Amino acid sequence: MYNGARLIRVFDVPEYSGRTPVNMSHPPRRSGVKVKPLPVELDGLACERDERELFASLSLRLEPGEVLQVAGPNGSGKTSLLRIMAGLLPPSAGDMRYGGNSVYHGAGREDWRRQRLYIGHAPAIKGALTAEENLAWLCALSSPVGTEQIWQALEQVGLRGFEDVPCHNLSAGQKRRVALARLYLEQHPVWILDEPFTAIDKAGVTALENHIMAHAQQGGMVIMTTHHGLDHLPGVRCLDLGQAN
Amino acid sequence: MRRIIWLLFCREWRLAWRRPGDLLNPLVFFALVVSLFPLAVGPEPSMLRAMAPGVIWVAALLATLLSLDGLFRSDYEDGSLEQWVLSPHPLELMVLVKVLHHWMVSGLAMVLLAPLFGMMLALPASVLPVLVLTLLLGTPILSLLGAVGAALTVGLKSGGVLLALLILPLYIPVLILGTGAMDAALQGMPVIGFMLWLGCLAVLAITLAPFAIAAGLRIGVSE
Amino acid sequence: MKWTFFHKLGSPKWFYDISGRWLPWFAAASVLLLAVGSVWGLFFAPQDYQQGNSFRIIYIHVPAAFVAQSCYIMLAVAGVVSLVWRMKLADVALKCAAPIGAWMTFVALLTGAIWGKPTWGTYWVWDARLTSMLILLFLYFGVIALGQAISNRDTAAKATAVLAIVGTVNIPIIKYSVNWWNTLHQPATFKLTEKPAMPVEMWLPLLLMVLGFYALFTVSLFMRMRLEVLQREHKTRWVREALEKMS
Repeated sequence: MYNGARLIRVFDVPEYSGRTPVNMSHPPRRSGVKVKPLPVELDGLACERDERELFASLSLRLEPGEVLQVAGPNGSGKTSLLRIMAGLLPPSAGDMRYGGNSVYHGAGREDWRRQRLYIGHAPAIKGALTAEENLAWLCALSSPVGTEQIWQALEQVGLRGFEDVPCHNLSAGQKRRVALARLYLEQHPVWILDEPFTAIDKAGVTALENHIMAHAQQGGMVIMTTHHGLDHLPGVRCLDLGQAN
Repeated sequence: MRRIIWLLFCREWRLAWRRPGDLLNPLVFFALVVSLFPLAVGPEPSMLRAMAPGVIWVAALLATLLSLDGLFRSDYEDGSLEQWVLSPHPLELMVLVKVLHHWMVSGLAMVLLAPLFGMMLALPASVLPVLVLTLLLGTPILSLLGAVGAALTVGLKSGGVLLALLILPLYIPVLILGTGAMDAALQGMPVIGFMLWLGCLAVLAITLAPFAIAAGLRIGVSE
Repeated sequence: MKWTFFHKLGSPKWFYDISGRWLPWFAAASVLLLAVGSVWGLFFAPQDYQQGNSFRIIYIHVPAAFVAQSCYIMLAVAGVVSLVWRMKLADVALKCAAPIGAWMTFVALLTGAIWGKPTWGTYWVWDARLTSMLILLFLYFGVIALGQAISNRDTAAKATAVLAIVGTVNIPIIKYSVNWWNTLHQPATFKLTEKPAMPVEMWLPLLLMVLGFYALFTVSLFMRMRLEVLQREHKTRWVREALEKMS
């Protein structure tokens, strides 16, 4: 499925630097194979919405294993940047490269499509479906996973016993947790997360932070926006869109 | 590829099944519009018979349009569409499956109910198979074309009237062919030509409409 | 894909300069053609042997209908250019051409109805051509309404582009089905156009009028587009310089 020439390695059981996630009864099982991400380069990226320039000539290079926090005041274009990087929004100028190839055509586009995971503001959770059905479908959009894995992932995010509950019965924080359970299921090496901590309680935030750091330590790449401070985490790069302009 | 089609089909079934009211509403609307006409023009059977093809087709047109308005909106609002667009699977195929599923739960029911209304509108029994067949060929076209409009208006809060404005002119050929076939059948003339034309348009719609729908959704999601 | 060439071709400044140079010529051509054509058509062309003087309305009706139809196809072409090459100027052209096309359709419908009164005895007959024009008017309304309903400018441009393309694919189907519906229900006795062997003195002024209408369409399209380009680019230096030069 993946390009054979790329480096492939098996992930170990992630080591959590902080406290263990809530409701974790046994260590997570990782059977999947992950592709090591390639460097991501933004080259003179610009975004214009209705004649208003949100940012322009934004260039940076992200290496595997890095966590990038996109910061800035409301309306500074954080979400737009993430949507451009995910491929939902075309930039008004500039290019983005993944492993040296532009993500807008050819091999670069295919690689990027398969290797980045985007979880936006709207968590893509259907109220009429149960947590398990939601996750089964969302994962099937890239590669299908088994029921067993889904139950384990739900346990990781503290939703044990909620597998068969229709999601409209869940609270906003619980819905967000269902969406974030994808981070424990899917094999994408690059995560693009828009405000992942919204509506999540303290213990959940800590567990998620640990999971993000573990992902980075194993060579994964995380690009995220959050109003929640990440200063206490080591090695998080920060891109302030408010200052960049 | 086959797997994702199957999974999508199951997902759509589950969603439809858990909210049966949404399925029933267009059907009730269809029945209601058809019943309005005898009340408006009188129960004279000869008059009803002359009007029946037009009434049934216009009611089917409006009911399809009404049911399509929300086709993509809930997926758009909860972020599901973003995930569809980002998926490595072709969006065109996924929307085709979704629209065909929608047709199976709404259009097909209308086709099956149509003979009943045909009888209520004093159509002779010999014409009813033609009615079913034209609707069977025509309603998928209505669903696919309407889905293009639904995709283009997906980001708008109140798309209903706008959707009708965009799509009803495009429905005209189907309306003409469908009612033409009925009129021909009523006069005892052959209808095979109409059927072939409707079949032609159905093939054309199945081939081309998914691209327009997918393009519309990509545009809507990029807002 | 190399977009640089197209970007240069579609650059607003380039368009503003070129259209400014061409505009007077098109304006002069349209005035000249329309003046000669209408005087010739209305005063010197011979009467129609069946319809008398009332046929003279074709000198407005036919050119308006021509422009209305080709304008919709132009919308689709602009739509393709906008979607495939992401040329901003095509967005501008699409947005600016739609209302002109709608007005042309309206003029064609109005003149058709006026002609209908002395010929058929009623203002509206479900004639195939008139019905097609009515549907075309609805298609234009759709494009304009969609463009106005979507608040984001780029999204609106792309959505209208898709709609115009879908509409253009459907136009032949609509046209043939309406023609055929018409022959099925009531064979028209009089046709506004399609006269057997129109004499040269009749169709030559018509040709001038058609060309004149196209020139007029180009002039109004350019003027609208220039205004739109100035509005969109109002922050850039060349617009400020151009405006200073004007005042």
